[in-house]
Amino acid sequence: MDGGGYVVRFENVGLRYGLGPEVLQDISFSLTPGSFNFLLGPSGAGKSSLLKLMYLAMKPSRGLITLFGHDIAITGRRDLPALRRRIGVVFQDFRLLPHLSAFDNVALPLRVAGVKENEVRKHVEELLCWVGLKNHLDSRPPTMSGGQQQRVAIARAVIARPRLLLADEPTGNVDDHMALRLMHLFEELNKLGAAIVIATHNESLVERLGHRCIRLENGQLETETVTPSVSRLDSENAA
Amino acid sequence: MLTRRTDLQLERDALGRFLPWQIAFMVYLAALALAGAMVLNATMARWNKGISGVLTVQIAPLEENAQKEKKRIKAALEVLGSTPGVIHAESIGDDEIMALLEPWLGSLGVAGDLPLPHLIDVELEDGANLDMADLSRRLEAAAPGASIDDHRIWLKKLIRLMETVKGLAVLVVALVCLVTVGTVAFTTRTGLAIHQDAIEVLHHIGAQDSYIAKQFASRVLVLGLKGGGFGLAMAVASLLGVGSLASRMETGVLPAISLSALHWAALIALPLAVAMVAMLTARMTVTRSLNKMM
Ligand SMILES: Nc1ncnc2c1ncn2[C@@H]1O[C@H](COP(=O)(O)OP(=O)(O)OP(=O)(O)O)[C@@H](O)[C@H]1O
Ligand SMILES: [Mg+2]
Repeated sequence: MDGGGYVVRFENVGLRYGLGPEVLQDISFSLTPGSFNFLLGPSGAGKSSLLKLMYLAMKPSRGLITLFGHDIAITGRRDLPALRRRIGVVFQDFRLLPHLSAFDNVALPLRVAGVKENEVRKHVEELLCWVGLKNHLDSRPPTMSGGQQQRVAIARAVIARPRLLLADEPTGNVDDHMALRLMHLFEELNKLGAAIVIATHNESLVERLGHRCIRLENGQLETETVTPSVSRLDSENAA
Repeated sequence: MLTRRTDLQLERDALGRFLPWQIAFMVYLAALALAGAMVLNATMARWNKGISGVLTVQIAPLEENAQKEKKRIKAALEVLGSTPGVIHAESIGDDEIMALLEPWLGSLGVAGDLPLPHLIDVELEDGANLDMADLSRRLEAAAPGASIDDHRIWLKKLIRLMETVKGLAVLVVALVCLVTVGTVAFTTRTGLAIHQDAIEVLHHIGAQDSYIAKQFASRVLVLGLKGGGFGLAMAVASLLGVGSLASRMETGVLPAISLSALHWAALIALPLAVAMVAMLTARMTVTRSLNKMM
């Protein structure tokens, strides 16, 4: 793997929608394998847009993006699905398929990758139990609460053991207890070597867990702080 | 069936509800139009073959003496026999003529009492272009009272009429097929529009375009075959109904409504073709929307 062994690398990336203004400007950063990153910033700062670039939903208007060592500007369209399979995404609006059961929604990435059906059953059931949806295997998303849907979305994102996990407000609809439980799920995945990026407004959660923070403000990368939770709290108390 | 299990259980969507009916209806119309055109075509071919190479010579009954009558017939036959383009000429017996007249006169057994004309069936070579006026003159000279009854004069008019009707039928078939293709393609495309989200999700999860397109295409094919099969069954039922009504009329006026194996093959091909059109449309629609994505 070239690209300096980074999972993600952005160099002077800019993004605009259509002919509109640049919603992201001069973004440069990189993520190492096994890193855990929070993406912070006020509403409209461009967090979702930055994630879209990372999960290959859009091309940047300018700049260089490297994913798993592949310069995506010169990667052929045929080779992108293989890259996408290494990325798990929790969409801000979940994007569950309403006509599929929770089980089938979570199974989707495995089936797309051609995993055998008995393997699929084992892994999906296990994971849905872990996120507390043991009794909802056959429920369809429209009959589930927001928090339950969110957990299905998270399960779908992590089921295939992605090398890069991108989550857009993954804990917006669950109570603090479940939020922490879900964060531990991400940390488990992280321990297996996956790079994690979580966009969130939930500053208290960020403070509790520590980890690296990437801050977006008006489409620009403001600061990059790597603060373990304790020292961060200390410094805030001192101030 | 075709797919072990689709990732998109789409049974209850609008596509599944409307597409089969739409296809059934269109296949029904197209099959009827096609069958009509094919029956018309077969009938015309039969008429053309049966009558165009034939003319009838009529000899008015002039003499009391049967012997002399026979002589006149023989003379007419000789003239015909020596005319280029005539394959065969044969006098029709009195009993045969009676049989032809029976529906109108009843079986009176009055052949001897009625002054019946003598008839000669003449078979012509294909495309023979006889000089009718000349033949008429020579016949009259050899056998006074002989005249030609040329079917081809009225047949030509009839054929021209039938050709026009046939042309219209073919046009109707072509239009029905065109509209079928158009509406099925349109229904498929609008039906798939509601699955745009699912298409995007599968795309982001890392499914290949072909994988996604196949999911939808195979489902649309199944829906198309279901609808098309139903439409064809309805059309065949209608055709058999019309056929049995026509055969019950027992007159020689209507052509027999019977289809050859080739015709049946064409009818069966119809729903298959429509289902293929639907499937290809689905594949193209999905592929095109995927191509808009990165
Ligand atoms: N599809 C789009 N077309 C045009 N502009 C868009 C589109 N999506 C986002 N934007 C614009 O880009 C900017 C950044 O939006 P984005 O959704 O990335 O913000 P965000 O940080 O995720 O906000 P939030 O915290 O509310 O989710 C906003 O000004 C928004 O109006
Ligand atoms: Mg957002």
